[in-house]
Amino acid sequence: MKNSLRRSYMITKLLTYFFLILGAVIMIFPFVWMILTSFKTVPESMQIPPDILPKQVNLDNFKEAIASLPFGNLYLNTILMVFFRVVCAVLFSSMAGYAFAKLKFRGKKLLFGIVLVQMSLPSQIFIIPQYQMVAKMGMANTVFALVFPGLVSAFGVFFLRQTYMSIPDEVGEAAYLDGCNQWQTFYKIMFPLTGTSVAALTIFTAVFAYGDLMWPLVVNSDLKMMTLSSGLSTLRGQFTTNFPVLMAGSLLAMLPMVVLYLIFQRQFVEGIAGTGGK
Amino acid sequence: MNKKLSVAARREERWGWFMVAPTIIGLVVLNLWPFVQTLYSSFCEHLGFGHYSFIGVQNYKDMFGNTEFWKATWNTVYFCILTVPVGIALALLVALLLNARVRFKGGFRTIFFLPLVCAPAAIAMVWRWIFNTEYGILNQMIGGKIQWITDPKTAVLAVAIVSVWSSIGYDAVLLLAGLQNIPGTLYEASGLDGAGKIRQFFTITLPMVSPTLFSVLIMRLMASMKIYDLIYMMADETNPALTDMRSLMYLFYRSSFVAGDRGYGSAIVIWTVSLILLVTLVQFQGQKKWVTYDV
Repeated sequence: MKNSLRRSYMITKLLTYFFLILGAVIMIFPFVWMILTSFKTVPESMQIPPDILPKQVNLDNFKEAIASLPFGNLYLNTILMVFFRVVCAVLFSSMAGYAFAKLKFRGKKLLFGIVLVQMSLPSQIFIIPQYQMVAKMGMANTVFALVFPGLVSAFGVFFLRQTYMSIPDEVGEAAYLDGCNQWQTFYKIMFPLTGTSVAALTIFTAVFAYGDLMWPLVVNSDLKMMTLSSGLSTLRGQFTTNFPVLMAGSLLAMLPMVVLYLIFQRQFVEGIAGTGGK
Repeated sequence: MNKKLSVAARREERWGWFMVAPTIIGLVVLNLWPFVQTLYSSFCEHLGFGHYSFIGVQNYKDMFGNTEFWKATWNTVYFCILTVPVGIALALLVALLLNARVRFKGGFRTIFFLPLVCAPAAIAMVWRWIFNTEYGILNQMIGGKIQWITDPKTAVLAVAIVSVWSSIGYDAVLLLAGLQNIPGTLYEASGLDGAGKIRQFFTITLPMVSPTLFSVLIMRLMASMKIYDLIYMMADETNPALTDMRSLMYLFYRSSFVAGDRGYGSAIVIWTVSLILLVTLVQFQGQKKWVTYDV
């Protein structure tokens, strides 16, 4: 009896590891294949049966990718877009989240209703009028255009409101009695307590903005003003069958976020999953 | 409380309005008003440069009479059928595996989550290469000549595979959090009663994780109904399977920003959102049958 229990335990354990490793291989393989291909020459990449490893590490594909896409601009545009979207989301959402959670004011329910309505509608429903506004302002093909729909974040408000609600009212009352006004209470006492949530919102906003494709395609058609995502999408027309260059370009496009992810793994996973997504 | 607001209360109210003002103004300008505009322009013809003239339900008539539109609707629904059940089942499996006592749990989690931080445009590019008919590694491994992306029969399936692959880690992490909230004593008690692993899964794990499962389902359904980026990247203009893989949001993008027919585009997006709302409502009705909230 004891033996058979032990055996079934071992089998379960083995199967668990087997499936986990199998899954991990499936998840990792496309990335490995991308990296390997990015170092191959075109004839090498078309070997049948395929050579797993490139014969030598040659950087020609990267040079060619950089020659055909202004990666410097793409990095800069993407970084600026992400930076401003994060700053706006954190600043405005913290303010509104605090007010909705802790302050009494008339119209609160109605105004929060607007937040909820925005959250439940897909962003595509706003795109045409948003684009028309940007065009009317003469701001197409600018960093401002890339940031525009992310100037405020309904999701951020919703998320940070929950965080502020979880802070006991006594904390704010104590600060108030010490002579802080509402702004000081918020800025000096309450906001510093929301670090984890602000980090989560930052990561969530950054990853979402980084991957977004439709808005940057719509609003910035000038190659020099594109983001990494939208810029990369133009590459597939140029190099239909030159996969080593396409892989090199894809690698360059995903690298910054992947590096950040590998450094801040826990914060990323918990940040994105903790926000519950949109 | 006094009817007349005290000085402090009035001050608090002013701070409240001040602090929500940027967000509310932003939401009204960026979202609320555009929503109304989109709704209105779905009944208009776009004359160019943002000018519209009212034409009633003509766009909707055109849309419902258009085979491409119905094809895109079907493709979207088909994509959901392919991705949502399988994706969630696999994510639950991964979550269960990660919830077992294993080494390198964090490492596995990091690996499964990796696609989440990669731009879908880059991910699609990599998979185009893997799916390539002649030289793609997938066909070479299975020894076939399947035209994954260019055959109408497999095109949506190919996109679905990429979609499931890239969202599994996210769903698994959410489900894992749900699993970790199940008190261990429940398993101990039922173990003493002689319940096996499989029975425990159906009598304890599944009911206890069902609220999380439901929220993952809703989120995944909404995301799948809006699928656009992977299809945009994987389907070229010259792809013979183009009409067989175009989703509603892809059609919306094409009509509005390539063809410039923004009235028609608005009608498509209104239709899509209505469909999403309908599906979500059906799910919220259906949840009463299988989601357990009383703990």
